[in-house]
Amino acid sequence: MRNRFWAGAAACLPVAASAAAYGAVLGVLAEQKAMAWQTLLMSDFVIFAGSAQFVVVDMWTHPLPVLSIALSVLLINLRYMLVGASLEPLFRGKSLWHKATRMHLAADENWAVTMAAHRRGEADTAYLFGGGVCMFTFWTVATMIGYRLGGWVPDPEMLALDFAMTAVFTALTTGLWRGKRDLLPWLTAVILAVLTSQLLPDRWHILVGGVGGALVEALLPQSDASDEPEPEAETAEAAI
Amino acid sequence: MSRQTLSVLTILACGLVTYALRLGGLLLADRLPKRGRVRAFMDALPGTLLLSLIAPSVVENGIWGGVATLFTALCAIKTKSPLLSMLVGMAIIAVQRYVTQSL
Repeated sequence: MRNRFWAGAAACLPVAASAAAYGAVLGVLAEQKAMAWQTLLMSDFVIFAGSAQFVVVDMWTHPLPVLSIALSVLLINLRYMLVGASLEPLFRGKSLWHKATRMHLAADENWAVTMAAHRRGEADTAYLFGGGVCMFTFWTVATMIGYRLGGWVPDPEMLALDFAMTAVFTALTTGLWRGKRDLLPWLTAVILAVLTSQLLPDRWHILVGGVGGALVEALLPQSDASDEPEPEAETAEAAI
Repeated sequence: MSRQTLSVLTILACGLVTYALRLGGLLLADRLPKRGRVRAFMDALPGTLLLSLIAPSVVENGIWGGVATLFTALCAIKTKSPLLSMLVGMAIIAVQRYVTQSL
């Protein structure tokens, strides 16, 4: 059991190091948005989901739009239901307590690494958890370092730091392209988001564009292909 | 409610939602749709949400915002490195701002 824990942690080192790089960027952005470091640290502990944490920082303006932040996190993390479902074979026969204590640290990266190891018959829940602890350590430390660095940047605009989030998300989005059928939903999302951002306050455009685009996808003729989420090397890199 | 209390509550709400999804997915594994429209909606969300987040900020940065985004995307497709791609995009915007300011 112990060995598997460390094996999982070791296997996650490369992805944890690359996640740490974004973690640092997240820290810098949080500092620019005047989020308290304690709040950022708390979000590392209780949210522990990269893209959602980026969205939270992006929406961090006072008075806090609590509802729209929570809704955005709900939607962007909906995929974790599928991640959780795909881990069912690993957790089969385990107690509810075991499940409840191990699942919090199931992030995209250690999930992908664990699923790959599971196919080779090398993974169990300790392996997943070890990877999670590795991810968590790198991620938390990196966000705090980034936060500290953020305070030293004299002129963030000249370094295009305000564009960092847009650029990260652009890079991540390319990894989510699944082919031509995404064209119409993606265009819808872009148009709705731009229009909404001109008309509504509080960054509702994220929800309106996101849900609108995904609805178009749902309304398109469906193929029969059933697909469990497939972890690939790319997903491990791309999803944070 | 003080700003601090509201901050803590916001993060807690987000954490609770995320944890519920993680554990809920595991516990409800047999009941989640494996195909169909609900599943298509769920699968499409990460992409459309990220795009919705990006789009207004690109427009806000004008033509150069578009150029930087294009090169970021191309770099990401070629190199598969989000970090390098991010730096490419930021560099384009930074250089453009520097040049504009010096003129």
